Parts: sequence; C-alpha cells; structure tokens
Amino acid sequence: MTVLILADHTAGVLADDVAKAVGAATKFQKDVHVVVAGHAVESVATQAAKLEGVSKVLLADDPSLEHALAESVASVVVGLAPQYEVILAAASTAGKSVLPRIAAKLDVMQISEVIEVISADTFARPIYAGNAIQVVQSSDAKKVLTIRSTAFDAVGASGNATIEAVAVSATKNPTTFVSNALATSERPGLASARIVVAGGRALGSAEKFSSTLSPLADKLGAAIGASRAAVDSGYAPNDWQIGQTGKIVAPELYFAFGISGAIQHLAGMTGSKVIVAINKDEEAPIFQVADFGLVGDIFELIPELTNAL
Amino acid sequence: MKIVVPVKRVVDYNVKIRVKADNSAVDLDNIKMSMNPFDEISVEEAVRLKESGLEAEIIVVSIGTAKCEETLRTALAMGADRAILVQTEENVEPLAVAKILKGVCDAEQPGLIFVGKQAIDDDSNQTGQMLAALLDASQATFASKVLVEDDSAVITREVDGGTQTVRVTLPAVITTDLRLNEPRYASLPNIMKAKKKPLDKKTPGDYGVDTAPRLKVLKVQEPPVRKAGVRVSSVAELVEKLKAVSVIG
Repeated sequence: MTVLILADHTAGVLADDVAKAVGAATKFQKDVHVVVAGHAVESVATQAAKLEGVSKVLLADDPSLEHALAESVASVVVGLAPQYEVILAAASTAGKSVLPRIAAKLDVMQISEVIEVISADTFARPIYAGNAIQVVQSSDAKKVLTIRSTAFDAVGASGNATIEAVAVSATKNPTTFVSNALATSERPGLASARIVVAGGRALGSAEKFSSTLSPLADKLGAAIGASRAAVDSGYAPNDWQIGQTGKIVAPELYFAFGISGAIQHLAGMTGSKVIVAINKDEEAPIFQVADFGLVGDIFELIPELTNAL
Repeated sequence: MKIVVPVKRVVDYNVKIRVKADNSAVDLDNIKMSMNPFDEISVEEAVRLKESGLEAEIIVVSIGTAKCEETLRTALAMGADRAILVQTEENVEPLAVAKILKGVCDAEQPGLIFVGKQAIDDDSNQTGQMLAALLDASQATFASKVLVEDDSAVITREVDGGTQTVRVTLPAVITTDLRLNEPRYASLPNIMKAKKKPLDKKTPGDYGVDTAPRLKVLKVQEPPVRKAGVRVSSVAELVEKLKAVSVIG
C-alpha cells in the first residue's frame, strides 16, 4: 500500500509545502505517490517528480480541473483512493478545502494539521490554538490527513519519479470560477520565508506599516506578516495575518514589532527558531516567548536596526 | 429560502486553557463557554441577508449537551428564527457532526448553509467541507464576501496569496472567515424575545447517525514551552546577538 499526496500549485509552480508533505509522508515508510490535478500542469508534475522519496507522479490534466476547484479535485482523488492507504496534503487553504471533502466521501474522519506521525495510525496535532497537543489513534481503514508544513522538513529535489497520466472523467461542477485577485510580490511567501518581519497595531496606519517594515524586509529578503489587530485595523491585507486562524509560520528568524502577543498570535509563530520582539510595553506577553527582547519605540528602533544590518 | 447555521458551544475565545494533570483532556470545569466566533459570523451573515430583503427563515442547529441551548438562544437573540438542539452527552467528531447536519438539511431543504470555518477548540476546519461532500453540494470555504443572486451566490474566498471569487449553485455550503462581517451583540429586548422562539430537541439517532468516535484520544499534553530569552538594551546589542546565533550574516 501507498501514500498519496495531493499537490498544491499556483500558476504552473508547485507549492513549497509539497516537499514538506513528502517529508511527512516518508514517515510512513511506504511508497509515496503525488497527484497533480489541474489544467496544463505538466510542468508542475515535472517539478513534483524531482522530489526525493516520490516514486510516481499521477498527472490529472483536464480543462475541468482548471482553477483546481475543490469539488472537481476531490472527485479525482476519491477515484484514486482505493489504491491508497494514506491520503495527505499540506494544510494550505487549498488542502484545507479539499481534504475534508475527500474524507467525507470515503467515510473517514480526517486528522487535521498533523505535527507528528507517531506510527501508521497515531498522530499528534495541536488543539486550542496550540495550547494543547492531542495524540489520536485512528480506527479508520484509510487515513486522511492534512499536515502542518512547518513541523516537517522538506525533501530534496534530486529525485526522478515516473509521471503517469490518469484519466479524468469530467463531471459538471456546481461551482464555477469567477476570478482571482492574487498579490504579486517580489518577497518570499510567508509560509516558506526564512525570515518574517511582523507588525502589530502599534504601527498605527497602513502607510506607516509599510514605510516602517518594508525597508527592513527588503534588506533581509524577508516576508511581511501582521497580527490580527493590525489586519483588523486595515494596516495589512488579510492573508498576512499570522495566528490560530491565519497563517502558521516557523521561520529561522521572526521579528515581532509592536505585537503584544495574544495567545491566538503566539499559536501562529512560536515554532520559529529565533524570535525577536520590540515593544514599548515591557510587560507585553510577546517577551515571554522572545529569545531577544528590546523595550522601546518601534519607530526609532526599526530604522536603526535596518541601518545596522 | 431556508438558511441553516450550525453553532458550536466552545471555550470562550479569551480563556487560556489548561491540560488536566492526568493528560486525558483539556480541563473544562468551571470555564466560561461561548458561541464559536466563526459561528457568530455565520449567524450574523444569515441575519444580514434577511435584513437586506432576502425572504428567509434562519434555522440554527447545535449538537451537544443540554447547555448548548444557551448558545442557540444567543443565536436566536441575534436574529435567527428557530433552533434545533441535537442533544448528546458524547463528544461528536466533525464527520458525525456533518452527518447529523446532513439529516437536518435533508429535512429542511435549505438554500444556504453557513458553517464557521473552524471551531476554536479542536481547530479541525472540516465540518463545512464534509457536509458539502455528503450533500453533493457546491462548497465555498473561507468566505469574506457573499452575494446571493436567485439560485446562485457569488462568494469571495480568502486563499493563500489573496482572494478567489467563485459562483456556487444553491444549495451551497459556505464556510465563513474572520473578515466576512462583525457580529452584533444581541439587545436586551431581543434576548427576551429569543426565549419564546421555537426550539426543537432531537437526538443523533433521530437522524440515524452513529456518533461512535473514529479517533481515540490517547493523551492530551502541554505544548513544549519556549525557554525565556534575554532582554537586550540596544539595537547594537541585538545585532550582535543575532550574529552570534548565525541567523543573520
């Protein structure tokens, strides 16, 4: 039996977290296959075939799969499911949309946001915004899981898997695509960035959020994130939100500027290797998780830090 | 049109939970409970649609102990029309919740089902998608904007890197995200009125659903604690420390 990974991709590029999903899949010590579903996505399949530990890439290429809507993708994976023991995907917005749909069709209770594969049927996952870790054993014959990609190491890209086309029987999807509004940025994505520069409500306005954080992020090649308070205040776009209900990040270096450190925010970043906090409130809870804390005015200290680097 | 909105009673958003000493579960004794925040957003969206002129009956559903009646009354006070309590003492997993909700939808035939994208207790983020699968219905997850047009709805979804807009055919399951709206507080007169609104009591068995868990919780433990770091007194000292741990060049 084999593990099947559903690959996430955008504009012909395989998502970074697929390599981490393969890292998680190898913990089962079984054969690992990847399915790429989309339209005109041969290049994505080629990228997936290079991931070490993958023995076969299934290419489901069909006009009905353009935009990879959950209903159509789920139906492809459900069709492949009889040959697989484990079906998994990274817990990206795409993975989170599709996997439960697959699980329900297979009458399997999904295990979400797995952070550790303890054995073939036992997994650890955070609950309550990461304030507790639950270890669960599944009695379902098949396992369907999403994995938290920050908890697993990416595999290398010197593999050479075979690519096999799978037939797609296009069914009419009750959902149709209208448009995408995706930000194009020169900066790395939040989930995969080595350094994240994050700001809170203390930044005061959208203009100051950008003018204070961008020079430092540019200098470090960092991604920019935000607390929920900053997003709610309109200083940063929604998909920059880091925390329980936003993005989960675990970069090598995380800067928290003017972020007090609510538990919901901490849930999204305490996996970071090194945490730096700058805040004018010396009692701010963020200092309890920061490796290096500096009390002071962010509007003086951030430019000073930018110049010092 | 009928609109079904499931609501879950969960530990209040502001409570910092603790794990029981025997590592069997999270300690829920004497803890403040509230409606799951995403479910409040779902109720609010349904009520706003009705207020904006959509002819609708809003049915809120909760699955759990008798105490879930409080959560349902809150939803009724926000503007829902009637409630269904599917009463059980067992912990019901998302798959079984979705099956019970399918039973409710089969009986009620709603055009729209608004489901919170995740419950802030177990953070599973599954129920809406599972319900859509069981109903073979359109799904739109992580909605930040909903526009209903006759037998379809245009939904803006929050996705990695921005937003995606899709058109769903009704009936559809829409899971609600943080930025869809800001839920209202119920007024005192509405809280009083809610006490008289109809509330039906059912059991999972009424919908023929077996709620036996598929996942056995072996243990619940505290997360690893980050050790306290150091305070630095200047930017120069910070840069020096960061270089010493080799995270910057």
